[in-house]
Amino acid sequence: MLMKEHETDTIPPVKEDLLCYHCGDKCRHEHLKFEQHDFCCSGCKTVYQILSENDLCEYYKIEDRPGVKGSSSASEIRFSYLDNETIASTILSFDEAGIARVSFLIPQMHCSSCIWLLENLHRLNAGVLRSTVNFLRKEASIVFNKTEISLRQLVQLMSAIGYEPQINRQEKSGKKQKTDRRLIIKIGVAGFCFGNIMLMSFPDYFGDHSFDSSEFRTFFGYANIALSLPVIFYSAKDYFTSAFKILKHKSVNIDVPIALGVGVLFLRSVIDILSGMGAGYMDSLAGLIFFLLVGKWYQDKTYKTLSYERDYRSYFPIAATRIDTNGDQNPVALDEIKESDLLLIRNQEVIPADCLLVSGDARIDYSFVTGEAEPIKKQEGDLLYAGGKQAGSAIKVRVKKTVGHSYLTQLWNQDVFHKQDSAMMASLVDRISKRFTLIIISFALLGLIYWSFYSAQMAFNVFTAVLIIACPCALALAIPFTFGNTIKWLGRSGLYLKNHRVVEDLAGLQSIVFDKTGTITQNKQINIEFKGSSLTVDEYSLIRSLVAQSLHPLSQAIFNNIDASILNVQSFDEIAGQGISGIVEGKLIRVGSEKFITSNMNVSYAESIRTYVSINSEIKGYFTISKGYRNGMNSTINALKEKYSIHLLSGDNDAERAFLRQWFEEEKMHFSQSPQDKLEHIKGIQSNHSKVMMIGDGLNDAGALKQSDVGIAVADNVYAFSPACDAILDARSFTFLPAYLKFSEKSLNIVKWCFLISFTYNSVGMYFALTGGLSPLVAAILMPLSSVTVIAFTTIATNYTAKKLGINEIKER
Amino acid sequence: MSAIYLLIAASFIVALGFLIAFFWAIRSGQYEDDYTPSVRILFEPKETDTEIESNNQKTDQ
Repeated sequence: MLMKEHETDTIPPVKEDLLCYHCGDKCRHEHLKFEQHDFCCSGCKTVYQILSENDLCEYYKIEDRPGVKGSSSASEIRFSYLDNETIASTILSFDEAGIARVSFLIPQMHCSSCIWLLENLHRLNAGVLRSTVNFLRKEASIVFNKTEISLRQLVQLMSAIGYEPQINRQEKSGKKQKTDRRLIIKIGVAGFCFGNIMLMSFPDYFGDHSFDSSEFRTFFGYANIALSLPVIFYSAKDYFTSAFKILKHKSVNIDVPIALGVGVLFLRSVIDILSGMGAGYMDSLAGLIFFLLVGKWYQDKTYKTLSYERDYRSYFPIAATRIDTNGDQNPVALDEIKESDLLLIRNQEVIPADCLLVSGDARIDYSFVTGEAEPIKKQEGDLLYAGGKQAGSAIKVRVKKTVGHSYLTQLWNQDVFHKQDSAMMASLVDRISKRFTLIIISFALLGLIYWSFYSAQMAFNVFTAVLIIACPCALALAIPFTFGNTIKWLGRSGLYLKNHRVVEDLAGLQSIVFDKTGTITQNKQINIEFKGSSLTVDEYSLIRSLVAQSLHPLSQAIFNNIDASILNVQSFDEIAGQGISGIVEGKLIRVGSEKFITSNMNVSYAESIRTYVSINSEIKGYFTISKGYRNGMNSTINALKEKYSIHLLSGDNDAERAFLRQWFEEEKMHFSQSPQDKLEHIKGIQSNHSKVMMIGDGLNDAGALKQSDVGIAVADNVYAFSPACDAILDARSFTFLPAYLKFSEKSLNIVKWCFLISFTYNSVGMYFALTGGLSPLVAAILMPLSSVTVIAFTTIATNYTAKKLGINEIKER
Repeated sequence: MSAIYLLIAASFIVALGFLIAFFWAIRSGQYEDDYTPSVRILFEPKETDTEIESNNQKTDQ
């Protein structure tokens, strides 16, 4: 119980920390020297050699230690399917006369050096003609000469320098670009007409009556009508089509009052100009459309680089290796795999279809598919499921079900994957729009009826004026700018939302469901530290020798993470669930739980497991072995527990039930859940009128993520595969989850405040309208003023809220 | 004051020219990537061997 110095030791003590010149990691396990530089492994050294031989060392000068640590199990043969013409043609975007172009996703690129090297690929091989990088999309577009370098050789080259492209089934990205462009062109047209109409309206603003002679009046008037035509019939087209569509469904959304206001604005102005009664309100019309479209553009600026729609097809490779009847190994596209084909699955390769094990030492890692954390050993004749990864030497399997009919892919036939996106569902704004439209129409009618007793002209003026000024420009701008800001802040901090609707959904949650493997656990190295009195190298040896005798996972973890020699053990005793003890080199060594070593009955639930050590009855200290749960789990879960009902659904077994009890209630934990079970569970929670958010990462969560009101995929690498979800959470930002949820709620409140501001302006405008005082000048002032007020307020409010909640940029951490 | 007709027409045509340039810029895909060119501009072109030689000669003299 007496610990002398509470120092944390690295095990065993390292003299100095050498950093690898290529990738920046510490040279812990190995240390190579080459040309006066240090490298942490032969992989890094090899890349340096390649670059040095080709005079590409500029790479290291642009950024420090820019290299990417490659995976050690790289073998060239896994690219052999690229030699197959049909498979290659699905990847190439252009292929003619020996020149081909291909666009690769390269998630490893992260800095300027990466861009430089990838754009200088032609210096590594003359067959590469040109390569262009789009950093935001993490894409490289490479044009190459097929006769000098084949597609396979190109991919091998890139893999050799650490930038292996991710080759999966192509996803549709072209469509989205077209719509973005059209919106920008609409904004351009509206802005152009807005500026010119305002120019033409100057005489009317300044009330300068020297221009009142009828010929100028008519000239400016007609010019304004002409300029407003492109705005109404092109830029504003979408508002009208959307309003008609929704009215046919006997419902109302925000586009209805907008279309109404814009339409009345246009008609009234045309009538005024043609009859000579006034100058018309074309400037307000064009300005309104311009601001609205800018708002729409701002709101739609989400993360085009990330993909929220990936289904199981993007998880699988595009080809597998089939063994023919005469023993030849040929690459075969995934769609071509038939039942009873014999396939070869190599180390780290994904099994493409449900199959039976024919031969080989099969250790299948299902963590991404079913959530089981440990690889499973399989016997010949066992059924292997699609999606598992082989972690061992190559195995031969016989296909039982084609790719589309395997157990995993059946999940995607569920109804939940076919339901339409919730764009048609009424949101908060839609409900307000309904009431808003009714109110202004009633006011307009009131004004019409009242003034009709006095003058028909006045009645018409007032009726149209009410409809014009009550147009919800501030209303329509509040949501895009607020949510647009919210999305921007969240994205900078590590939570990437699919679209602005998700913000509203995040604000209305009651339950949160967590997956276990990969979501609350991390797949990185288990961290071991020793806290207590400093141990000598001999003492480390004694401990390591003892734990070598035990098969307990904690013993194995300690064994694997200490670098010390093994000595002879004279006696060994293991007490299940408590610890081990034995005599090594004449000393009594005991390793075990706190209760075992210290007889302390009050075991504290620490963030990590503590394994105490005593040598000759002297307690030396303890190892902290983080079970691989994410940092900050404790604080995150406790913060969430206060407001939400939290559940755990895991595909893994319940071995860690006891440990997890500190965070989850017993009835809210479920283990060994199949993907179907998880989906049903979410449905169950929803049937209790509870809005639920699901947080997961694997294919086994796909159904649950789709079914829940908000589905968040946690990713260590946001560019790698994650199942279809509404938002992607960077694993490093996991602890910010409570802050993010609070931020979404506050954003919704800010929107409500904006509505209030908008209604204030509307009341003022209504006063002018009902008294017949709505001149074009008044309208031209009020509308931009209300818009700018709302935009300024919402920007300041969201920025202030974000800072107050501590939401910082992920780069600054 | 009738000169104003001519002036307005002329300025309108110039403005129209700019609008067309705007459409052309969007259509040509200039704005597909607005980050990478900012990095690319800082790269230095590789000195060819002849340039290095001529530089050396200059410093020798």
